[in-house]
Amino acid sequence: MISQNLLIVLVGAPLIGALIAGLLRNRIGRAGAAGIAIVSVALSFALSCIVFYQLVWGGAPDFNANVYTWLEVGKLTIGIGFLVDRLTALMLVTVTFVSLMVHIYTIGYMAEDSGFQRFFAYIALFTFSMLVLVIANNFLQLFVGWELVGLVSYLLIGFWFEKPTATFAALKAFIVNRVGDFGFILGIAAVLYGFHTLDYSVVFAEAPSLAGRTIEVVGGHPWSLATLICLLLFVGACGKSAQVPLHVWLPDSMEGPTPISALIHAATMVTAGIFMVARMSPLYEMSTTALSVVLVVGATTAFFMGMVGIVQNDIKRVIAYSTLSQLGYMVVALGVSAYAAGMFHLMTHAFYKALLFLCSGSVIMAMHHGQDMRFMGGLRKKMPITYITMWIGSLSLCATPFFAGFYSKDEIIDAVGEAHLVGATYAYWCVLLGVFVTALYSFRLLYMTFHGKPRWHVEHGLHEEEGHEPQPGVLPHEPKESPLVVTVPLILLAIPSVVIGWWTAKPLLFGNWFGTSIFVLPEHAVLPKLAEEFHNVWAFGVHAFATPAFWIAFAGFVVATYVYQFNPKVADRAARMFLPVFKVLTRKYWVDEIYFNLFGRGGLKLGRGFWKGTDLGIFDGAVNGAAFVTERSSRVFRRLQTGFLYHYAFAMIVGLILLLGGLWYWGLH
Amino acid sequence: MSIPLSWYIVFATVLFCISIAGIFINRKNVIVLLMCIELMLLAVNTNFVAFSRYLGNPSGQVFVFFILTVAAAESAIGLAIVVLMFRNRRTINVDEIDSLRY
Amino acid sequence: MPMNHAVFQMVCFVAFAVVAVGAALAVVSVKNTVHGVLALVLTFFSAACLWILAEAEFLGLALVVVYVGAVMVLFLFVVMMLDIDLEPMREGFIKYLPIGIAAALIMLVEMLGIIGVRTFNVPAGPDPAGSSNIEWLGTALFTHFLLPFEIAALILTVGLVAAVVLALRVRTFSKHQDAAAQSATHAAGRLRMVKMAAVTAPAPAPAAKEPQP
Repeated sequence: MISQNLLIVLVGAPLIGALIAGLLRNRIGRAGAAGIAIVSVALSFALSCIVFYQLVWGGAPDFNANVYTWLEVGKLTIGIGFLVDRLTALMLVTVTFVSLMVHIYTIGYMAEDSGFQRFFAYIALFTFSMLVLVIANNFLQLFVGWELVGLVSYLLIGFWFEKPTATFAALKAFIVNRVGDFGFILGIAAVLYGFHTLDYSVVFAEAPSLAGRTIEVVGGHPWSLATLICLLLFVGACGKSAQVPLHVWLPDSMEGPTPISALIHAATMVTAGIFMVARMSPLYEMSTTALSVVLVVGATTAFFMGMVGIVQNDIKRVIAYSTLSQLGYMVVALGVSAYAAGMFHLMTHAFYKALLFLCSGSVIMAMHHGQDMRFMGGLRKKMPITYITMWIGSLSLCATPFFAGFYSKDEIIDAVGEAHLVGATYAYWCVLLGVFVTALYSFRLLYMTFHGKPRWHVEHGLHEEEGHEPQPGVLPHEPKESPLVVTVPLILLAIPSVVIGWWTAKPLLFGNWFGTSIFVLPEHAVLPKLAEEFHNVWAFGVHAFATPAFWIAFAGFVVATYVYQFNPKVADRAARMFLPVFKVLTRKYWVDEIYFNLFGRGGLKLGRGFWKGTDLGIFDGAVNGAAFVTERSSRVFRRLQTGFLYHYAFAMIVGLILLLGGLWYWGLH
Repeated sequence: MSIPLSWYIVFATVLFCISIAGIFINRKNVIVLLMCIELMLLAVNTNFVAFSRYLGNPSGQVFVFFILTVAAAESAIGLAIVVLMFRNRRTINVDEIDSLRY
Repeated sequence: MPMNHAVFQMVCFVAFAVVAVGAALAVVSVKNTVHGVLALVLTFFSAACLWILAEAEFLGLALVVVYVGAVMVLFLFVVMMLDIDLEPMREGFIKYLPIGIAAALIMLVEMLGIIGVRTFNVPAGPDPAGSSNIEWLGTALFTHFLLPFEIAALILTVGLVAAVVLALRVRTFSKHQDAAAQSATHAAGRLRMVKMAAVTAPAPAPAAKEPQP
């Protein structure tokens, strides 16, 4: 039995930590703020492990109860409550573990930053928000958590608010997320319309009643209610999980400090959309249209965003596009009703992507906050731990057999191959080719960063010159391995990145581990079909050598090795040869430009039109016009106000005479 | 009593109209204006008295009583204002009382 | 005999009415305001007689006592006290005379037309007041109209205070008593206590200086 108080502490501890670290930051100092935040998150992690243990091995039933009545409107009652089932428990452990690692890592990474305490307050607040999101038992609480993580994400992307690019990126992330959130809240409204409640358990229990129900949003065109709900909610997921076409904010969010990139923009927050869709699986199962849309969007993101990663030079941006691509994989899994595979990939991805980001952060520290890979190289000997762990992360990312990422990603590809939805063939090719792309950009990153000759040099005494603009590739002293607070989390994250799949793959993917928390219609179920071929993780790993996915990934590895390790000139030649393609990729399909010109400038023009036309013209015109008419007419009418008593008396008497005359003439009736 | 009600009504109406004419032609003298108002009230009171008598209802006479009360208070205050005005402006000509004019 | 009584009443009514209307015309038309006030007194007096004819004895007497005795005297005082130049007041008298008469006539015709004089050409019944008009009026006044009666008293008080406040002129040079200050006084304002040494018996001559009071 899971204790309610335990859950309250689990969720509340990071909030308390955040408040203390944030509000009392000057009183408790740097060590105090870091300490309180880490202790609170560690407490959450420990309690999450207890909950996980109770739920999985302790035989405890799912916990679902309201702990507080938030509001009552008519018949609608909305509470603050917890729903803890296996899906939630998995998220709780993943979120708190990665969060804890990032907290520890931050001590080293942010050591020289003046906003040290503020940063800890933010990330602890983020942990709280994420916990609220995953533990919610109704849609509105989910939305609260959803918005809170969006807010913290905004705060953290713009953490270095002196940097104009950072504030711009923060605004961009916030605005793009607004678009998604608008769809999301419309989706919640549609749920309310359809079920008259926002409680998960009721909604999911009644989900089958959605079949055949329609809604006329536009008169005369009945739409399937299930499809409408699912698509609107998926718009929210697109925003939060950075799927095409709302993906533009994620690469820019790399302006934030690297621990944030690891925690929020790779491991946890961006997976909120995946989690949400998995949570809503009873709804999504009701609409094959929605599932097809999910599938196509995910496949598009998985392949085309990975392509962009190949041409990026900023180390963090490469990983950011990799994140987009991997999120695409997860969404694809959701689209083919392989929710368990999506969640599994979410978990493995959380570990190895957090690892990759923290590794890149370690490299960035060594390069004195230089992020351009063109000025790196040869760091292998200088920072061996970072080097090895980053290799591990990359191998896991590329789905090398026996690594954690392999089990999840290979399973997704197989699941797509089994699916028969509209768009499944397209999705299959996208995810298959995506494997090649993944391998290509991953090894390109490794080679450009750690191998080859150094493309940087050291100039001693650079630090003394005040106001010196740092030049890329010019370092004040030799790059060296990061301190222990940085490397220990790397090692701790590297371990699950390798081994987590060995004993989780079977239960999670095929053992119906999630039980009732995920619902799949029998005709959509692809994982049980795959389960027939599955014997154990080792055989599965060996079998991989006979699948196209492995060989495609290997091809990517070979190409990357040849181009970036042995013959770097090929890259330039290829760039020239495929100039149009190269241009498309470096411009990121012009999506940013389109958005700027269409929505940015369009909005500006629209606003100016409203300002000049509607506001100045109509509203101000009406107001000023009313004042003008009043003034002009009162100039005339004030002549009547002579101030002479007898004029008023005359007026009264004349009025009386007229009134009496009328009365006399027309009579009283 | 043998006088018809209509005689009283005609008398009161005539009195009322005389006071109207008085307001028109004596438009500058505040005191005469006040006296015209007294005349009007007298006309109204006469109506009240007559109707009270003919309908056998004492309310009319009670009303006259109150009107007399209010009229007395009104003329007292009105005359006080006239005195004050004369003291300050050395005139009670309505034409010259125009400080609040636009 | 009753017939003669009725004729006598009618004759009286016509006589008083003619006097009242004539006096009212004088009020609005005479040049001298004092004469106007006196004409108004006559109007009131005649009207009071008409009221008494209608068996409203109390109000008729009240009109004489209150109006003729008090208000009209007040008017006379004011008119005589103020040194009014009458000439500018009469400006436009001739000019506005036709308008005034026209307005008055139109109104007269209209009012009479609306009222429909013939409708009311009815004789009165027996006097509802019985023997005493005052009793009749007083019963109504002190039962149904008690609260308005009290309020009327209040209005008169307010009118009195207002008139005094408006017309009061405090002359700074005049000598007068301040009653409030007189009654608000207390011992310390009148009496000064002086502490002094006790008078001792005649002391030996050079010993000490006498404390002077």
